Amino acid sequence: MTPTLGHYLAVSGLLFFIGLAGVILRRNILIIFMCLELMLNAANLSLVAFSRYNLTLAGLPNYNGQVFVFFVITVAAAEVAVGLAIIVALFRAKRTTHVEDLNSLKF
Amino acid sequence: MQLVLFWVFAALMLIFGAAVVFLRNPVSSALSLVMSFVFLAALFITLDAFFIGVVQVLIYAGAVMVLFLFIIMLLDLRTEQPRRVNIGAWIGGAFVVFGFIGLLGKVLSSAVPFNMQKPPISNPQISDVSAVGETLFRQFNLPFQIVGVLLLVATIGVVVLSKKELK
Repeated sequence: MTPTLGHYLAVSGLLFFIGLAGVILRRNILIIFMCLELMLNAANLSLVAFSRYNLTLAGLPNYNGQVFVFFVITVAAAEVAVGLAIIVALFRAKRTTHVEDLNSLKF
Repeated sequence: MQLVLFWVFAALMLIFGAAVVFLRNPVSSALSLVMSFVFLAALFITLDAFFIGVVQVLIYAGAVMVLFLFIIMLLDLRTEQPRRVNIGAWIGGAFVVFGFIGLLGKVLSSAVPFNMQKPPISNPQISDVSAVGETLFRQFNLPFQIVGVLLLVATIGVVVLSKKELK
């Protein structure tokens, strides 16, 4: 018995839902950012699963999916760097990371 | 055997992922996110994506999460004090999340062949890293260079954002 494509997609969907629940329920902006990473990784898992189960004519995994995951990881790394810099700037100005205290665009 | 390993890795990954949401201390959240990424890398390796698995551990569990931990320590965040619960947000959140789970179950039980068994790879001698590299540098050369520019822009942006006063 090997896991089927549906197994991987179900796990990926559950991981996405955990991230979504975190973004909706948590009020700390850093935790919200971590949950965004969780959602990105859920998408990565489904991409790699599709790449493995959809073999090319040569009988190899479809590497386009894995290259896409590589790009997602790179962009996510850049996004984390810029996002954390923005959070630090926000914390310097407002002394809080609680999203309900951050309710004005200009300060 | 493969199925057992799949369930172990998937369950651990989901448990640590849920711990990110439910733990109150930001440092414990970040560390459980690291564990979740490590088990996700194990799942990638069960899918024969060795390169992506290694990159996941190096970049996500290594670099990105170290950055998160640095920022948590820099901001000196304490355990969150429980505040007044926003009933509307909780009801809306539960509605969205359970609607999403219902949709997921409906799609996965539909007629599309999601119960496909893993097809064997014809030529397992070909190294995974070299195959990904060939695809990356032959078919996706231009996007690869654009991503390099993106990383440069992100680096400059972070330096500008971190200056004491923005001009």
